[in-house]
Amino acid sequence: MSPTTNDVVVLGAGMHPWGKWGRDFVEYGLAAARAALADAGLTWPDVQYVAGADTIRNGYPGFVSGATFAQALGWTGARVSSSYAACASGAQAIANARAQILAGLADVALVVGADTTPKGFFKPVGGDRPDDPDWLRFRLLGASNPTYFALYARRRMALYGASTDDFAAVKVKNARHGLANPNARYRKEVTVEDVRASAVVADPLRLLDICATSDGGAALVLASADYARRHGVTDPVRIAGLSTVTPTFPKTVLDLPDFATDSAMTVPPPDRPFRAALAHAAYEEAGLGPSDLSFAEVYDLSTALELDWCEDVGLCAEGEAEALLRSGATALGGRVPVNPSGGLACFGEAIPAQAIAQVCELTWQLRGRAEGRQVENPRAGIAVNQGLFGHGSAIIATT
Amino acid sequence: MSETRPDTRQRRPAAEGWFTTADGVTRLLGTRCASCGTPYFPRNALACRNPGCPGPRDGSDLVPHEFSPRGRVWSYTDARYQPPPPYVPAEPFRPFAIVAVELADERMVVLGQAVPEVTVDDLAVGMEVELTEGVLFEDDEAVHTVWMWRPVR
Repeated sequence: MSPTTNDVVVLGAGMHPWGKWGRDFVEYGLAAARAALADAGLTWPDVQYVAGADTIRNGYPGFVSGATFAQALGWTGARVSSSYAACASGAQAIANARAQILAGLADVALVVGADTTPKGFFKPVGGDRPDDPDWLRFRLLGASNPTYFALYARRRMALYGASTDDFAAVKVKNARHGLANPNARYRKEVTVEDVRASAVVADPLRLLDICATSDGGAALVLASADYARRHGVTDPVRIAGLSTVTPTFPKTVLDLPDFATDSAMTVPPPDRPFRAALAHAAYEEAGLGPSDLSFAEVYDLSTALELDWCEDVGLCAEGEAEALLRSGATALGGRVPVNPSGGLACFGEAIPAQAIAQVCELTWQLRGRAEGRQVENPRAGIAVNQGLFGHGSAIIATT
Repeated sequence: MSETRPDTRQRRPAAEGWFTTADGVTRLLGTRCASCGTPYFPRNALACRNPGCPGPRDGSDLVPHEFSPRGRVWSYTDARYQPPPPYVPAEPFRPFAIVAVELADERMVVLGQAVPEVTVDDLAVGMEVELTEGVLFEDDEAVHTVWMWRPVR
């Protein structure tokens, strides 16, 4: 399908590889931005709008990331925004840039996210804050992020008969997918035995079921279809749908940093829980459905969570994700590969960069340039993310 | 010979107003909207969050609510590694279980630690549990308590 006037297209995608170096996050963002600009065949002064995805673990420059990256690239008078939405920060930055382009306020925009992460469990940002639920869940419950992932995983086991070997099989699949991905942090085969031999962190999840925290940077150059045409780009990847909806009351699934769900005593739970609602809104915008997808990039904070996502984006019915996985449908070469990039299993999470990296992968796959992990003849892909704390995103890209 | 000094430290909740042990039954404390009936834990005093609530939604109709002390396990896990601060670990650190419990009356799921003697091997989804009070941590000043879940015997 050729782009229409109202489309936003991806002109460039670029990443700084994921790893753990502890260097200035701006360095990663800069490298990603330059790679995306080079991929687009543009230079920084061509950019009219820059959208930064914020990091909260790198001091003040992280809170005003748009300006931080703009300064690092050299002030040009471009308009700017900085967004924080937990794990969905990158998607929020993409949404801002897209809205500017759709409104006709800008023709070409740069989206950048980068992070440097500390070692170990994520902890609340410093200071005593007994009114902040994120501080309180550590204080009163000792509930770290894997606590919540483990609660979902155990629930799958009880409701749908999932086994810990199913969870391990997700890791084995994603590790294989990421083997040839030059931007992945972990590029090594993993066996079910390796997962079984890793330490239990939060029962039933083991160390190799849970994604690491990483350094990394990702960037996109977005443009209007007209701008792309004027620059001789005839067949760009299109952003066909983007949703950042909030949950609907009552939210009946526990999320970080909740102590409790909403009560469903007075209002029945919504037809679509939060994650499914995120995907549904993007499908509606794109005029597509799950059966149109060639592949999906889903937020595998844990192996078990990938199975939840498969159902939430509609690749299978509720409770059938284990069967889908076992059938091979979600592996490269299968009906609808899930996380062909290797996912968070191979990257670890670099929070503000991650949702942008997902769209980099959509772009490379849809261009047919995902060397060593290419999905066959892809037409459409979805990238989904739960920012937790009530933020999340779903982005659909098409050829 | 050393003498054991009596423990004169106060025993007090690690968070004020989150639970009560009056009448020997541990119950979570929150609020309930008198207009639409929606209960909240932790306590919500700002405004009812039900967008369809017919009340004034200015907080004036949020009244104290004591939650049902029993429920069924929605899911459970444990912490095998010491959580970061502000969690105050026992020395040496002891893994503990965390339970998500569905309260039948309030139709909501509430988290809590399990009592120390209960491990994940003692728990199952759907199992009936009840609230009790347990020790979260101790320091020189006080024994700090919190609500904890335990299987109904």
